[in-house]
Amino acid sequence: MAATSLKRAGWRLKQPSVIPGFGLTLGFTIAYFSLIILVPLIALGLHSAGLGLVGFWAAATDARVLGALRVSFTTALFAAAVNVVFGTLIAWVLVRYRFPGRRIFDAIVDLPFALPTAVAGIALTAIYAPNGIIGQLVAPLGWRIAYTPVGIVIAMIFIGLPFVVRTIQPILEEVSREVEEASATLGANRLQTITRVLLPSLTPAILTGFALAFARGVGEYGSVIFIAGNIPFVSEIAPLLIVIRLEEFNYTGAAVIASVMLLISFALLFAINLIQAWSRRRYGYGA
Amino acid sequence: MDVRIAKVRKEFDRFPALHDVSLDIHSGELIALLGPSGSGKTTLLRLIAGLEMPTDGRIFFGDIDASEKTVQERNIGFVFQHYALFRHMTILENVSFGLKVRPRSSRPPAGEIRRRAMELLDLVQLSGLEKRYPNQLSGGQRQRVALARALAIEPGVLLLDEPFGALDAQVRRELRKWLREIHDRTGHTTVFVTHDQEEALELADRLCVMSQGKIEQVGTPDAVYDTPSSPFVFGFIGESSELPVTIGSNELLLDGRSVGLPASSGTSGPARLFFRPHDVELTDDDAALAGEVTASRRVGGTRRVEIEIGNNGQKVEIDLPFDHPAGQRSRISFRPRRWRLFDVKPQA
Amino acid sequence: MARNFRSPTDESQPVQLLLIGLSLTFMALFLVLPLWAVFTEALKEGLGVYIASLQTPDAQSAIRLTLLVAAIAVPLNVVFGVCASWAIAKFEFKGKAFLITLIDLPFSVSPVISGLVYVLLFGAGSVLGPWLKSFGIEVLFAVPGIVLATIFVTFPFVARELIPLMQDQGTGDEEAALSLGANGWQTFWRVTLPNIKWGLLYGVLLCNARAMGEFGAVAVVSGKIRGQTTTMPLQVEMLYNEYNGAAAFALASLLALLALVTLVLKSVLEWRFGDELAASGGRH
Repeated sequence: MAATSLKRAGWRLKQPSVIPGFGLTLGFTIAYFSLIILVPLIALGLHSAGLGLVGFWAAATDARVLGALRVSFTTALFAAAVNVVFGTLIAWVLVRYRFPGRRIFDAIVDLPFALPTAVAGIALTAIYAPNGIIGQLVAPLGWRIAYTPVGIVIAMIFIGLPFVVRTIQPILEEVSREVEEASATLGANRLQTITRVLLPSLTPAILTGFALAFARGVGEYGSVIFIAGNIPFVSEIAPLLIVIRLEEFNYTGAAVIASVMLLISFALLFAINLIQAWSRRRYGYGA
Repeated sequence: MDVRIAKVRKEFDRFPALHDVSLDIHSGELIALLGPSGSGKTTLLRLIAGLEMPTDGRIFFGDIDASEKTVQERNIGFVFQHYALFRHMTILENVSFGLKVRPRSSRPPAGEIRRRAMELLDLVQLSGLEKRYPNQLSGGQRQRVALARALAIEPGVLLLDEPFGALDAQVRRELRKWLREIHDRTGHTTVFVTHDQEEALELADRLCVMSQGKIEQVGTPDAVYDTPSSPFVFGFIGESSELPVTIGSNELLLDGRSVGLPASSGTSGPARLFFRPHDVELTDDDAALAGEVTASRRVGGTRRVEIEIGNNGQKVEIDLPFDHPAGQRSRISFRPRRWRLFDVKPQA
Repeated sequence: MARNFRSPTDESQPVQLLLIGLSLTFMALFLVLPLWAVFTEALKEGLGVYIASLQTPDAQSAIRLTLLVAAIAVPLNVVFGVCASWAIAKFEFKGKAFLITLIDLPFSVSPVISGLVYVLLFGAGSVLGPWLKSFGIEVLFAVPGIVLATIFVTFPFVARELIPLMQDQGTGDEEAALSLGANGWQTFWRVTLPNIKWGLLYGVLLCNARAMGEFGAVAVVSGKIRGQTTTMPLQVEMLYNEYNGAAAFALASLLALLALVTLVLKSVLEWRFGDELAASGGRH
């Protein structure tokens, strides 16, 4: 008796519960996570840390590395921007309008999640190559899509789109018609209701979708390398440079690029969590 | 502003929600649309607002035919049941919204908008909370913001849809009193929808009782309570007991026996007798309603007694003082002090 | 009298049509067209070539390896997913929110990096690799490495499907079962599992699609030894780079079919058992 009351005052990992299996399941979860994710990531960190700060900095600011990072980030930024516009539009249309085939299109939004990236990569290349169905159309204008940064953006649009649509869709479904009606009764026209009431209330979801699509674009490999052209400083993305370094058996060089990318994606992940926490605290809904 | 509803009919996918409803709303009055769910009260409110369009009929604001006007043009203030506040805006921004979205030509300067919004927040007793977000307020506070927001555009008519429906009982009662005060101070023509008769009786100048897409009765709370015009109204407003009776030559008969109540006109045949449980007197007279007590329970300051009357085992309820000895007796005779007779329900 | 009234919460017909048209065009261009391209390119040289290219020993071995890898990685992640969601949903403990964030971590890691970490861990320059090799165990450029990389990238799929679902369901059912005398295992098998079966299936479906289709992570660890360590996506890449487009697209069309089947099953689950899936269903 005395022991339990003493225990109550002290630090305790978990609240008491009659349900069994806490130790087993949490133990397995942590062990499995450590083995599969944590230890390998630590190996990466140690490998980069072996260089020392100066060495790391020198390797990370190598011109080709910077060039690849620049290509990855700018193309991902463009793609995420396009996806925000069209993803919001698609989410709107899927939630608000009824038209034949809506269910099918709703299902197809998830195609980029399901289609292997290598398959997407060669398919997009086949379409946008100079002899492809769309490549042919723009070739007479002197435009090239495949084997240029534009091609990279297109591949990133493909793989990022569902992140935006699927983040906004549930939030949009929750927006009650009452709020729009309230706006109308106060004299706002439809455009004002959309720009001042609806879109701002979707902002956290749009930002989250943007960050998710952007993060995915930066790390993307399979769908991009076929269409990219892979010319250093122009269309060579950072993940490809990692692969090239590995093929040169330059493990440290690969580890450095990977560490930089990881730091940036963790920062993005952190930003997403901040957006959601902020939105929940202030507005009472997440994204 | 007067609002006149002239023979308005509304169908949703050919399902009739309102049948040729006509109603005159007087300038400055507080009128309640009262009815059970599905009675068409909210539909009528939304038609006045312009959130729906009538299938047939006209709606006049003053002398102007508003039927063709959009919701934006009607200049009404609408308060929604679930407040419908803009969650990403502060309280002040919510209240200012209606003025800020006006076209440049009729939009007051920013300072003026702010002044008016603050004034309204003061009116609804929310001064000091203008920088909060709706999420940070209680339900009652949110509803007051919703009202301030609706008042900010200086509406011709104020429309409230079950304004207290989502609040708990205590807050409801407070806000009810408070809404009456605001109305008396601002004098807006106000229409509010409720299914709560107590709320309607306490708050409204006039009631409009609705059922199944039709208006049953319009009148002051006293008139509606004391002289209900239909069995529905009698049953819906206040408590009622009902007995099937027969109209004899000059008096009412139950199972062929006189119940001691005179029958007015020359009509005869079966009828429905309605009375209020609290509006009865006990009697020793033979010509009375008499029966056996089947249940008795204390309700506040009175005793509610259930009595089985007549050959068909009809049960009615009457109220007695809680310590009245008759409450314990197995047989009671009584007569309603006030009652009404209605025709037997026509076969639907 | 029913004038051309438009509800204040609707756009006018032309605007609606314009927006629908824009969305569908965008989706047709970016989603449907690539899918269509896979099948037309695959069948470009006729059905005979298509079937023949799928029957080559290399293609057959790639298919077998892909199935093998998925058959190992998916069940392991299912066990993990069920354990993690049991611990997270049925108990209150310190650091729970952090654990949930950690489980999602692999989603924000580039697939190439997911492979790279195992190269660093088991590669020639590492401590672990040569030591294991002395026992005759090859991890890198062999099946174990491919399995590990696949587990890494598909790690969160089942767990993140089950966690919100089991959190929604609470602990009432389990407490009731326990109070009726069931033991822990009985409670899990007879009460919890039936409650989460559709959500679990949903997670497995997505996990499997990703496991069979993973490219970047596997490319880094496989060494791409033809007939031995090439999975289907890797084989597609090799054929494509050898300018054997028809064969590459033929194999790719099988993966595209898998994606389509996944989408159809996923939609059926959402449509039929939407209530029994997590509210966040479909977000990955």
